[in-house]
Order: sequence, then C-alpha cells, then structure tokens
Amino acid sequence: MMDVLYFAWVRERIGLPKEKIETQATTVMGLIEELRAREERYALAFSDLSALRVAVDQELSEFDASLQGVREVAFFPPMTGG
Amino acid sequence: MRIVVQQEAFDAGAELNTFSAAQVNMGAVVSFNGIVRDLPGGGLDLMEIEHYPGMTEKALEKIALDAMARWDLGDALVIHRYGPLKTGDTIMMVATASPHRKDAFEAADFLMDYLKSRAPFWKKERAAGSSDWVASKAEDEEALKRW
Repeated sequence: MMDVLYFAWVRERIGLPKEKIETQATTVMGLIEELRAREERYALAFSDLSALRVAVDQELSEFDASLQGVREVAFFPPMTGG
Repeated sequence: MRIVVQQEAFDAGAELNTFSAAQVNMGAVVSFNGIVRDLPGGGLDLMEIEHYPGMTEKALEKIALDAMARWDLGDALVIHRYGPLKTGDTIMMVATASPHRKDAFEAADFLMDYLKSRAPFWKKERAAGSSDWVASKAEDEEALKRW
C-alpha cells in the first residue's frame, strides 16, 4: 500500500489531494500506466509527462525510478517558488 | 542555519536584524525578499501558494546545506510562506552571512535560483473571478546551469 499525492493542477484535475493505492507496479512509469487506465481524469492528468514532475519518498525523482520499498509518491507540475 | 515554512506573515526587517546580530565575525550579510507583484495589467485579487508539507522543509534544507558546503558561509536563513497572499505581501526571504561579501552574494543568488525550481511550491493567481496556475519559466530552469 502506497500513498499517492497530487499537487496544484494535477490535484485539481484528478479531484483529490491524496489516495492510498495498492499497486503491482515496480516503477513510477508502471504506476502512471495503472493510473491512466483507471479513468479519464487520470488519463488527462498524465497525458503529457513533460509537464509533470515526480517525487519518490519526498525526493525529486525520475519516471523510471523503482518503487521498491517506497511509501509515498507525489505528482505535480514544475515548481514555482520564490 | 534556519529554515521556516509558515502561513503567517513575518517581519523581514526584524528577521534580518536578528539574523545579523547572531553572527560572530561575519563581515557580510546579504538578504533578499520576494514580494507579491500585481499582474502586468493590474487586478490581482489573490496569490495562493500551495506546498508539499514535509518535502518542502527537506528540499529547502538540502538547498541551504548545498550552499553552506559550496561557499564560505557562517549561516543561512530561509523563510517561505504559503496560503493566500495579496499584492505587496512578503512571500519569502533568504539571508546569508559570510566573512566575505562575494560568498554572501553568490550563495544568496544560488539559494534563490534553486528555491524557485527545486522547492515544492506552486503559485496560483486569482483575478477577475478566474484562477490560473503560474507556469514555470524555461529561464528559471536555465538559471540552474550557472552553478
């Protein structure tokens, strides 16, 4: 069981900030494929990966990162702090 | 080193004075404040800043530690707000202290560049009844290559 978090327009498009997901995926990309297949709102949110960033256990990561032992994955657009 | 992520307003002048007074034998203190700017044509009602609690603090700490390792710094301060803000409100500040001016300036510049595109904050602007997420700029990503 893994916590999946969404921020900014990803959160708005999917319609929730956080959910618990039971996944067989071994990489972030595998998880994205599972989510895309769920419902239109997920497919829409994950349609353009160049507009998305991912954090694995609160560290910026890559889409091919392993999910082994991972507790938390977050998807969000490029950051705009400062 | 102090990292603060908070919703409440803060007094950047008072923070700078406290930071400066705490230094021992640092010849240079540099600070930067980020302030909410109106839209080009005016009319900004609100800027909302969302963040990723937990990751935000870790990311800011890592950026500050990187700066401390890279420049001759005695201390560094980062304060960043989230939540609803209005034009003219202070969003954030950084301050650096060093024996030397150049290190203090460069480290503050580095902190700002990294904080803009590597700390999990997202800005949304509300004006005339509609809201838009602020898009990241290619030049912000490009700026990281300087370091």
